[in-house]
Amino acid sequence: MPYTPAVAAPSPIPASRRTARDLRVGETGTICCLEDPVMALRLLDMGCVPGITVRLSGRAPFGDPLMLVLGDEEYTLSLRGSEAATILLKD
Amino acid sequence: MADARILAAAPAAGPGAPEAAARPMRIALIGNPNSGKTSLFNQLTGLNQKVGNFPGVTVDRKSGWAQLTPARRAEIVDLPGTYSLYPKSLDERVITDLLYDPSSTSYPDFVVVTVDASNLRRSLLLFSQLADLGLPAILALNMTDVAERHGVHIDLGALEAELGVPVVPMNARKGIGVAALKIVMAERLAAPPVRFWQPDSAVQQLVHCLRDHFRLHSDYLALHYAQQAEYLAFLGAEDRAYVQSLVQEYAFDGTAQQASETIGRYARINEILLETVTVTRTEQREPVSNRIDRVLTHRVGGYLIFLAVLFLLFQAIFAWAQYPMDLIDQGIGALSGWLQSTLPPGPLTKLLTEGVLAGLGGVLIFIPQIALLFAFLAVLEETGYMARVTFLMDKLMRPFGLSGKSVVPLISGLACAVPAIMGARTIESWKDRMITIFVTPLMSCSARIPVYTVLVALVVPDESVGFFNLRGVVLMGLYLLGLCSALGSAWLLKVLLKARERSYFIMEFPVYKWPRWKNVGLTIYQKVQAFVWQAGQVIVAISVLLWGLASYGPGQRQEVAETQARREAAIHHWTPAELGRQVASARLETSYAGSFGHALEPAIRPLGFDWKIGIALLTSFAAREVFVGTMSTIYSVGQDADMGTVQQKLRAEKGLDGQPFFTPARAFSLLVFYVFAMQCMSTLAVTYRETKSWRWPAAQLVYMTGLAYAASVLVWQIWGN
Repeated sequence: MPYTPAVAAPSPIPASRRTARDLRVGETGTICCLEDPVMALRLLDMGCVPGITVRLSGRAPFGDPLMLVLGDEEYTLSLRGSEAATILLKD
Repeated sequence: MADARILAAAPAAGPGAPEAAARPMRIALIGNPNSGKTSLFNQLTGLNQKVGNFPGVTVDRKSGWAQLTPARRAEIVDLPGTYSLYPKSLDERVITDLLYDPSSTSYPDFVVVTVDASNLRRSLLLFSQLADLGLPAILALNMTDVAERHGVHIDLGALEAELGVPVVPMNARKGIGVAALKIVMAERLAAPPVRFWQPDSAVQQLVHCLRDHFRLHSDYLALHYAQQAEYLAFLGAEDRAYVQSLVQEYAFDGTAQQASETIGRYARINEILLETVTVTRTEQREPVSNRIDRVLTHRVGGYLIFLAVLFLLFQAIFAWAQYPMDLIDQGIGALSGWLQSTLPPGPLTKLLTEGVLAGLGGVLIFIPQIALLFAFLAVLEETGYMARVTFLMDKLMRPFGLSGKSVVPLISGLACAVPAIMGARTIESWKDRMITIFVTPLMSCSARIPVYTVLVALVVPDESVGFFNLRGVVLMGLYLLGLCSALGSAWLLKVLLKARERSYFIMEFPVYKWPRWKNVGLTIYQKVQAFVWQAGQVIVAISVLLWGLASYGPGQRQEVAETQARREAAIHHWTPAELGRQVASARLETSYAGSFGHALEPAIRPLGFDWKIGIALLTSFAAREVFVGTMSTIYSVGQDADMGTVQQKLRAEKGLDGQPFFTPARAFSLLVFYVFAMQCMSTLAVTYRETKSWRWPAAQLVYMTGLAYAASVLVWQIWGN
């Protein structure tokens, strides 16, 4: 995994509860599970499967929505922070 | 009924049924959004396309004919892009409607699934669902060149073996591989032998019940019946109730079932990919699209670029389009003058010049602006920039009860509210969608352009303010007024309406591409043609009708008025020219149209409008673009033949005090009226179709007309008096 934990300051959010919304721009994580059952159906359809890596490649100017790059730079999804918050990441 | 289903299902199960060979094949084209489906459709059908409707819904049914081999033609139906067979919007429901009912006459013989090779894992999800439905399929493996560049190598032979269907590599944009695809398509295909996923044992009994009852040819189709129990439009009420009772009886949990299905499919797909795909990462450079995104979605630069794009759009519509428009205007004026001087004078010549030609001029003059506008929109859509606009605008739109997805319909509303309202179908949330539909007609559509152009040019001087043309600035102001009223109304609705379900935003960013100029050209051609034929007929017809109404009056009133004018002329010693004007004016005032206008005048006097404008308001209720034609007709009655253009006619119009009638205050009152007023039958009709209720168009009509009236009163009472 190319994921390297942040060196400067440890994330204030407990690792077990980190979601895709908590990623810093440029940081990569691995999907652990999807929290919201209905949102999960959409995310699954669009390829957000547990085990896949996601990289936060950018945020819209007012902090929302987010741009998530899936897998091995395969494609980019655009989704709201509230939607990204349903994607739990592995430690 | 049940027997018919078995028979109809037979060709799908057993190829080469005799009746199947007699009729041409029907092939459905399906795939993820941005998988090159539309490009492939254009490659297969060329100009042999037609846009119709799917029965029962309003989604465009794009179909066309493809010549597969010299002897074989096939009908190709283009389905909306989707990620899975579980529909999430109205658009996608069309797909299930088509694929659930094997007895339907429009059931396809097989499907061509377009798949993005650089994105195989996700694309195969939809393919595997289609295969499990038991539909014969061909995999059109698109963008293999992009995949190769990413270091993704696909073993085609192995993939064909794993999937059990023909795999054709291609590049749909460039047309590479299309010939090979046609050859494969011309062959009769068997249903795929491979099943990718089976419903788990907990639902087996339910699936068996459904399969038996409806004589379905696949377990997976039966499962979908259970999943979509509420929506199976093609079933009778009794059958639907039966499905729903079964779903209740077996306590079927659709959501959980669907989630486990999707995860199960991905697991199977991962196995397949392990066997068939090898990835060699040559370089770890960031994709170009991501680097462009960093500029185009920059927190400051992104908005500046978007504003610049919009500004360019307005300058193009106003400044660049002016040259061809002047040519058309002068051409019509010259033709009219020539006809009047060559043809013998009489009612027929007048009908031709003041009725038909005046109306025709009002239609043709739009063409440069409509063409430019649709060219812009098509390029923005083609390049993938529209999706970025959605991304940039979402947070800004949400306070108004709109989402980033509302931006595309709203911007399309600048062209025409009718396709824009239909475009709102991609918004999945009911509330967001209703709000978008309701406020879109407030965006200034291209039919308002001629009204704006004529009136702005009439009262705003053609000067430059710094770098900008003053008229262009005023025009942009009118557009902004429309935008602000749309946003304000949206906010109002957000407060008033209750949400039915949560709103979603998630979408895929298409990779940036150069626009295909053929597509852009095709769009321009189709839009201009539709406008000239559909709107044009109405406009010319109304122009002719108006000419009749303005030239003839009830009983002897016109003759009485003329005699009265001649008597006054004798008293006041008018010149013959002055007499001619007075007679024409008296005749118009006592005509049928004059009576209409006079009846309306008390209601519109607070707006600064007289009975002549009243006539124009009345006729442009059906379609705004009629306004200019009407004004042209009304004001050309009794004016010199060489006064060709509408602007000259309006400028020559004098009020009671002898001053020009169209003062800035009056013109702006009229402009503001046109910014807000709901004057388009087609928009009301499409709102009805899209909302399936008369309440929405009725509310639109009352609200917008009221807004227009109030705003015009405000302008005239403050400025005009």
